[in-house]
Amino acid sequence: MSRGVGARLAVLVAAGAFGALGGCDGAPPARVVRVFAAASLSAPFTALAAEFERSHPGATIELHFAGTPQLVLQLREGAQASVFAAADEVSMQRVVAAGQAAAAPSTFAHNRLAIVVPADNPQAIAGLADLVRPGLRVALCGPEVPAGRYAREALARAGVALHSVSDEPSVTAVVAKVQLGELDAGIVYRTDTTVGGVTAVDLDPAQGVTATYTIVPLVTARPPDVAAAFVAFVVSPAGQRLLAAHGFVVP
Amino acid sequence: MNARRRDLAALATLLPVVVATAFFVLPLLGLLLRAPWSRFLEQAGSPAVLDALWLSLLCSTSAAACSLLLGLPLAVWLAGGQGAVRAVVRVLVTLPMVLPPVVGGIALLVAYGRNGIVGGPLARWLDVALPFTTAGVVLAATYVSTPFFVLTVEAGLRSVDRRYADAAATLGAGPWHTFGRVTLPLVLPSLRAGLVVAWARALGEFGATITFAGNLAGHTRTLPLAVYVALESQPEAAVVTSLLLVVVSVGLLFLLRHRWWPSR
Repeated sequence: MSRGVGARLAVLVAAGAFGALGGCDGAPPARVVRVFAAASLSAPFTALAAEFERSHPGATIELHFAGTPQLVLQLREGAQASVFAAADEVSMQRVVAAGQAAAAPSTFAHNRLAIVVPADNPQAIAGLADLVRPGLRVALCGPEVPAGRYAREALARAGVALHSVSDEPSVTAVVAKVQLGELDAGIVYRTDTTVGGVTAVDLDPAQGVTATYTIVPLVTARPPDVAAAFVAFVVSPAGQRLLAAHGFVVP
Repeated sequence: MNARRRDLAALATLLPVVVATAFFVLPLLGLLLRAPWSRFLEQAGSPAVLDALWLSLLCSTSAAACSLLLGLPLAVWLAGGQGAVRAVVRVLVTLPMVLPPVVGGIALLVAYGRNGIVGGPLARWLDVALPFTTAGVVLAATYVSTPFFVLTVEAGLRSVDRRYADAAATLGAGPWHTFGRVTLPLVLPSLRAGLVVAWARALGEFGATITFAGNLAGHTRTLPLAVYVALESQPEAAVVTSLLLVVVSVGLLFLLRHRWWPSR
């Protein structure tokens, strides 16, 4: 029985412990740019990343999607990321205020809200006012999620006092529950309603609230030049064309 | 020389223990260091937190009761013999232990949701809907916690010497009488342990709950959900709520440690 084995075991255990403490913050290899983007950007950013990788050989874009407030939290707690794309300006301001932005954020897209209903719209919902009909089950994102905040603004503007049956954590959760038939309707972004099984009911333009998407390279960006290049690509005509193709309104 | 080697050996065995303990204690320490102590009572006593605490206690206790009702007959049957049927049933009912809770939540929606296999008829004929209700929280918690109860009690039942029950039967006691007067008192400790484990699992339940029952303050927002919601907007409140959850769990496990896990 050697002490060597014990010591090596201890080192292994310690390494495992530190690995666990470090979590997913491990640094990506040199030419990999990690992009933190709002959940509603999943489709266009996947396409943007593929396009960027084609035009920048050797560069890899690693995408991480979550609700914007969750991304802000992860950045605040020290997650390594190079680019941050937010679905609202409040969240972006938090990151800027924390000194994590390497440049001034640029606005790269807008999104409109829509009511998401099952594909054949069985409840014949035509606008926000219909959502308060008795017996309907309608949910919004929580007020801390940009989509939830925008939805509440739109409802307030329309003078509709809606009772949300649940404060869902993301637009994708709302859409999934409409797809499953558990919800009669929900309020999400227009661009979230392109999935199967659901359809969108547009809001009266007077009640519409526009979501503003901003993007910024972060001070932790590695490598900073590729991160800056990706941001530039998103706001470039080619990037804007891709975003528009996914239903976003480009500035 | 020999003594020194022994000391080193003792140290070498102790080191992994220290590392393992630190692994579990450090997160707790982190919470304690991050807590806004000057505003702790104010934060912990806010209506939102108290609502969530009450809902959590109500739902986890109800779920523990449900796991007793559902789990005891199951555990008794499983412990009653061997065979392929029992093995298959055991795998099926303990699946929620290994299933990611979110997946459990989706499965629950598909079964007990408004368009589910069982939920559909329930909604159509009895106008009963479980998703987005407090009953839904209990259902989700019961789903994930009952397997822990079943496995604990089954193990307890299997460790009971069958000869006691056989002796009772020889003396003329019926099967129910034997179970109630001989077997049950013998497995009481594992029954209690099973209840505590199920209760604790139900208290911490998050994924299946938010998926199946949603997240509405006062109705389905239990403490773990309140922590999640607060984390994104008020991190301070999230730390306070987390600590509250820790205090409740530690307090109960500590108070009941002799009762549930009798010292041998």
